[in-house]
Amino acid sequence: MSTELTFSQIEKYAGVKTAAAGGRADILATMKTAGMRGRGGAGFPVSVKWNLAAAATGPDKFIVCNADEGEPGTFKDRLILSEYADIVFDGMTIAAIAVGAAKGILYLRGEYVYLLNDLEAVLARRREDGMLGQNAAGREGFDFDIDIRMGSGAYVCGEETALIESLEGNRGEPRNRPPFPVDTGYRGRPTVVNNVETLAWAACIFAKGAEWFNGLGTEKSVGLKLLSISGDCANPGVYEFPLGVSIADVLTAVGAENSKAVQVGGASGLCIPACQFDRKIAFEDVATGGSVIVFGADRDMLDVVDNFMEFFVEESCGQCTPCREGNEKLLEGVQMLAAGKCSMKYLKELCSLGKTMQVASKCGLGQSSPNAFLSVVEHFSDEILGRTEGSNA
Amino acid sequence: MLVTNRNILDQELQVLIDKCGSDRTALMPALQAVQRKYGFVTDFAMQKIADVLGIHPVEVHGVVSFYSFLSEKPLGRFVIRLCQTISCDMAGKDRIASQLENELGIKFGETTTDKTFTLEWANCIGLCDQGPALLVNDILWTKVTPQRVLEIIEECRARLSPHAIQGQEEHLV
Ligand SMILES: Cc1cc2nc3c(=O)[nH]c(=O)nc-3n(C[C@H](O)[C@H](O)[C@H](O)COP(=O)(O)O)c2cc1C
Ligand code: SF4
Repeated sequence: MSTELTFSQIEKYAGVKTAAAGGRADILATMKTAGMRGRGGAGFPVSVKWNLAAAATGPDKFIVCNADEGEPGTFKDRLILSEYADIVFDGMTIAAIAVGAAKGILYLRGEYVYLLNDLEAVLARRREDGMLGQNAAGREGFDFDIDIRMGSGAYVCGEETALIESLEGNRGEPRNRPPFPVDTGYRGRPTVVNNVETLAWAACIFAKGAEWFNGLGTEKSVGLKLLSISGDCANPGVYEFPLGVSIADVLTAVGAENSKAVQVGGASGLCIPACQFDRKIAFEDVATGGSVIVFGADRDMLDVVDNFMEFFVEESCGQCTPCREGNEKLLEGVQMLAAGKCSMKYLKELCSLGKTMQVASKCGLGQSSPNAFLSVVEHFSDEILGRTEGSNA
Repeated sequence: MLVTNRNILDQELQVLIDKCGSDRTALMPALQAVQRKYGFVTDFAMQKIADVLGIHPVEVHGVVSFYSFLSEKPLGRFVIRLCQTISCDMAGKDRIASQLENELGIKFGETTTDKTFTLEWANCIGLCDQGPALLVNDILWTKVTPQRVLEIIEECRARLSPHAIQGQEEHLV
């Protein structure tokens, strides 16, 4: 189930041809006008990232497409890669022209290895069609090719510096930032890391125009966004909405009007209760890389947080203490709550631990892992506190 | 590992290195290829890979132990990875898990004595709209019901029959 996606109207190669005809400065200007922010979660402005990498000297630069898609509840990148791989490669090629990169790498999560043969076939066809290789896309002196590299089952490798570590043959442990990948990335060279969807929209921007894109969405969050919607709803799937859409409208579209809560942004996102369904999905309100998980009236929110905390305990790389120890403590706390053995005082301590983790963890995993716990404690204290006194919710 | 197998691994690694280059960036592709073919990464393979890439075997071991799809102990011919994350959990993954354990007579984290099946948990495999979902090696199964569990297992067994196995010889590259 899904809405008709704009990607289905885009001809392969169309974006690259427009971009190649204009050249570097034009591409950067168009991306600036389009005003797109990254679709992978963090929402960094794409044109700023490309400009920084473009400013570095030398041709030894890299475009990395982040297809590690590990955030619980996200599956839109899988859909894009299985049905619209060409426009993702178009986006990478456009980025390469803009930045002056000779090499692109698609980092595909190990769980998606079944997509590999088809993706390799698309790349082979693009080489035959002159869209990759020497003088790619008909641009004299533009030698660009794309390799696919596989992940091996580690959520943290979606974090861009961990991803680069993994590409370099190391444990996927996030680096300190700065320096940022645009400056010191793969093999120490300037590297643009963008999400699959970001690159696909970049191709659409060149096929349909920057004004078309920035005419959609809100002032601070322009354009369209794919949402992966799952959980307690009649029609789960990938949906396309303009940013700024209200949670209530999203729920209506998937047949889940009477829900109790929605988790927006996956395990690392926020739990939004029904009384806040008028809030908007946008960078200035509830931000998301695309994961929307719906909880029906009968769901036990402690089960939900328990599932998320187990996820983080398993996926923490263990490099820094707040995340390694903190997630264990929060999980233990959830289990105490479920067993009716957690005092209010201890719950408050856990919340302040969560807040410490948000500021003291080294990377986004530890910084965002307490979000779900904190928002469930905030909005569902009734459900949780009842059990502190021994009676199940 | 038999001496002949060691020689084969030597040769295969050389082909792989010729393709991926002999610096450390070839490490993950090399380990992934060994994992795919042999079902785990032996000490010997780690040593060999370390030698050809010019790094210490401890470094290679550190990488193998980090990634959940790389294994130091032998896994079954079919690794069944059932998604345990929230959407598949809400869709009823517990019942699928219990049926898998019943059919195979092992618990999650274990391998059958005939080395045919391994049961493992996976975190979100990106099939949240079609759960409960699982992977059998590279193949995915969606909307699994307890009833279909036997079908999944039998399909694996069918692929192991002497007839089916012919022509399925795997190579590193
Ligand atoms: C723990 C963690 C996991 C992440 N996983 C992904 C991912 O699977 N895909 C992705 O595109 N970005 C992921 N990110 C964000 C990346 O670090 C990076 O910001 C993103 O790839 C940039 O692309 P964008 O600007 O196009 O969104 C993750 C970040 C963290 C902290
Ligand atoms: S926050 Fe967690 S995942 Fe990130 S570096 Fe620290 S331990 Fe590793």
